[in-house]
Amino acid sequence: MLDALATPSETRTRPILEVKGLKAYYQMNYFGVQREVRAVDDVTMTISRGEIYGIAGESSSGKSSLIKTIAGAIRPPLRVVEGSVKFDFGGKTLDVYADPARMKAARWQHLSYIMQGSMNVLNPVRKVKHAFHDFAYKHMSLGEGDFRQRLVSHLERIGLDPRVLESYPHQLSGGMRQRLTIALATVCEPEFIIADEPTTALDVLVQQDVLALIKDVQRRMGSSIIFVTHDMTVHAAIADRIGIVYAGRLVEEGPTLDVFQQPQHPYTAHLIASLPRIGDLRKRKALPGKPPNLSEPPSGCRFHPRCPLAIDICKTENPPLETRGTGRVACWRAGEVEAA
Amino acid sequence: MFKVLIDLLRYNREFAIGFVLTAGIFLFALAHFWAPLPDTAIYLLPPDMPPSTEYWFGTTSRGQDVLWQMSSAIWNTMLFGLTVTIISRILAVAVGMVSGYLGGRWDQAMMTINDTMIALPNIPILLLVYFVMRDSMSWPILALTAALLGWNYDARLIRSVTLSLRNREFTRHAVFAGMSVPQILVRQHLPYVMPVIFFTAMNNLIWAIGLEVTLSVLGFSDINRPTIGGMIYWANQHQAIIAGIWWWIAFPIGAIVLLFLGLFLLAISVNEYIDPRSRLSRMGA
Amino acid sequence: MNGFAKYLVQRLFQFFLVIFLGVSLAFLITNLSPVDPVEQSVALMTNFGATDPRAVELMREALAELYGLQGTVLDQYLSFWGRVIRGDFGPSLSAFPTPVMSLIMSALPWTIGLLTLALAISWSLGNLLGALAGYYRSNLLLRLSGAAVMALHPVPAYIIGLVLLLLLGFIWPVLPISGGAQMNLQPGFTIDYIYSLILHGTLPALTLVLVGIGSWFISMRSLVSNIVTDDHVVYAELGGVSSGKIFSQYVARNALLPQLTGLALSLGNVFGGAVITEFLFNYPGVGRLLIQGIYRGDYSLVLGVTTMSIIAVAVAVFIIDLLYPLIDPRVRLS
Repeated sequence: MLDALATPSETRTRPILEVKGLKAYYQMNYFGVQREVRAVDDVTMTISRGEIYGIAGESSSGKSSLIKTIAGAIRPPLRVVEGSVKFDFGGKTLDVYADPARMKAARWQHLSYIMQGSMNVLNPVRKVKHAFHDFAYKHMSLGEGDFRQRLVSHLERIGLDPRVLESYPHQLSGGMRQRLTIALATVCEPEFIIADEPTTALDVLVQQDVLALIKDVQRRMGSSIIFVTHDMTVHAAIADRIGIVYAGRLVEEGPTLDVFQQPQHPYTAHLIASLPRIGDLRKRKALPGKPPNLSEPPSGCRFHPRCPLAIDICKTENPPLETRGTGRVACWRAGEVEAA
Repeated sequence: MFKVLIDLLRYNREFAIGFVLTAGIFLFALAHFWAPLPDTAIYLLPPDMPPSTEYWFGTTSRGQDVLWQMSSAIWNTMLFGLTVTIISRILAVAVGMVSGYLGGRWDQAMMTINDTMIALPNIPILLLVYFVMRDSMSWPILALTAALLGWNYDARLIRSVTLSLRNREFTRHAVFAGMSVPQILVRQHLPYVMPVIFFTAMNNLIWAIGLEVTLSVLGFSDINRPTIGGMIYWANQHQAIIAGIWWWIAFPIGAIVLLFLGLFLLAISVNEYIDPRSRLSRMGA
Repeated sequence: MNGFAKYLVQRLFQFFLVIFLGVSLAFLITNLSPVDPVEQSVALMTNFGATDPRAVELMREALAELYGLQGTVLDQYLSFWGRVIRGDFGPSLSAFPTPVMSLIMSALPWTIGLLTLALAISWSLGNLLGALAGYYRSNLLLRLSGAAVMALHPVPAYIIGLVLLLLLGFIWPVLPISGGAQMNLQPGFTIDYIYSLILHGTLPALTLVLVGIGSWFISMRSLVSNIVTDDHVVYAELGGVSSGKIFSQYVARNALLPQLTGLALSLGNVFGGAVITEFLFNYPGVGRLLIQGIYRGDYSLVLGVTTMSIIAVAVAVFIIDLLYPLIDPRVRLS
């Protein structure tokens, strides 16, 4: 009801995505043994219209589970335990886990997804054009001929020969397939695009190309993008804001430039310090230890066993995510971190 | 191993049912060692007696007690099946692991021959063997022939597992540590291949028992040695169905169906235990 | 050489290898056996009353020539190949002097018809049910029908056939239990004859369907439950593609490809089931011919049928191999 009362200006300023207290756990029960892996643990975040938001973290930090949960792309044994994910499409609120039918209808029209391992997202035994037809045709209210025209011009804009529509996925190179997925994800000009490691499987040159393409498409359509990658250089290249995930929790968040220049969390500081810089020949310091086992996370701040700044309170109390400067951070010693 | 068994019995209904069925039938077959009359003796009892308190499953037209005949028959049939399974496992494991470990051209050559053997129809070849051997045919020879025909599918499966192990870190470590190929295969790879061997063994046992039943139903085995198929063969010879001696046919069929069901349930539940993918989909259901 | 040509050459090589090894095996088995087929046949014939020693000696020579048992083992092997290629296995002893080959040729259409029909039904039904059961895992009806076909799967053809025969032939006698068609009908495209064909074929075909359906069901269900976690399926779900379309175009279609290969691999086994079923229902195909040949000690008939069935199965496998690229673009266009 509230949605209907929102004024146009409010609609514009309201965030397109609101995640509140989201908890998603892998819950397994097999042969009497119960296990719970807290892959997403109490994450709260918002994303505004037209924003590119990057999520960073080590592998198995839960960043991929977070983005899958936001996309409504989880399957058992991963389940949402608490919290909500709400999109705001055209002034109407869409609760991902409360209204599956509307969520399904919104897919691709308002919300598209670029999956990790994009090499295999197209059906190997059908021609590429069928994928476009299955995903997009019903949202575009065009006749067959017009739809085809639209596809051709869309592909040309993305730099793909429209003849790819008549080929099978195995006949195309990795870079072409990645471009195709982006073409597929953008053909309906959705308001929100979720991208899970969109460039990880590509070689460096193609990566640059694809990043430029994503950014270009985003600028043209004014969509919001949330994307995950462990590669900090990619974040530096395209994200407006980044969030750092450690052991299933959001530990720091802020405008990209600020986070890179002045990280507030010791873990962020480490991530940034380990980036190579031209002319800097110093040996990078490796962080001791491994990311924690999420089925038995450490008490208190989950980073404390590896943290160079850990004090007693870190071992017992979990630091809350609090606003500090231009961003938010969850650390008891947030002020004392310096970029190395 | 024992703990796995307990777990399976407690938490997997299929396994529990299969285990109870198979174990029950096995115990029943074991009882033939205490049979009151030798199992090859004929015309010692009144023929064609319907089931009664004296003859629980009735008697045959040849004057045998159906209950005790079945006990011996299941024993002999299972013995045949196990013999086939053990011999064919040795072949399948040897070919599968060597082919998978060597890889490359050797693997290709061995698998081409393997696939060729898969394409050969087993039953006509077995029948040909029986035909030319005739009176010198005995159940061990038949078992050996069946084993020679029954390993190729599983060799392929075992090969694919070994192939994936070949490129693993620990294999390279073992090579650098100077272990010989047989040592690597037996000490390093066999434990990983073991579950697949076990699963294929169950399926092979089912196949071999089915083969025995089929061949002896046709009379293509030692017809004086009681087997499940042999009982049906004699019942057919005496036209038991037309004469209304239904118990001579119904009980052996019932027993063999229960045995198949038991073994099959064991096979699928063990497969599910081994295969993590089906485990996951089970949780998602 | 492109992928398609390479595939063809590979399959062709495999085809000839199967025939070569199969025919050699048939020769080897007959040659290694301790039983001399000539003596066996002579003994069989003298049992019928021909006891003149000179006549027996003549017959012995004639049979040795007929079976190609003269000369060295290599000579015999080569002459066996000659006979296989000419399709000449000599006259049948039990149906003297009809050539074995013409017995096989008149039986073959029955077997091909029965097998094709039974396979078509069990393969498509088993795959359909298996795919549905793998995709809609919680559907109770599918789970029950799955349990039923899976319970039948391990039971051998003879037992299933016998139970059907008892149920539908004796206890509730609605179907004919013997033969391929009614005896007194003239074969031809008449309604009566075709009706009789269908009626007589029902029990054997039903047996083969019930025997075969379970394995297709099981393998299809496990293929599908693996494919549903594949990237392209997950992606289509995230793309809001309707579940019917995902099932048919993204899951079942992909899972059918390995099932076609499975069909080729299982033909040998399926043929074995048909042999037994034909015998049980006295169906006039090559399986019944083979078993009758064994009972009657007809050496040339048994050897001929075995050899021909090896070749026939190899041809059928090869045909399926040729069809495969038509449905899998990855083989056709690589």
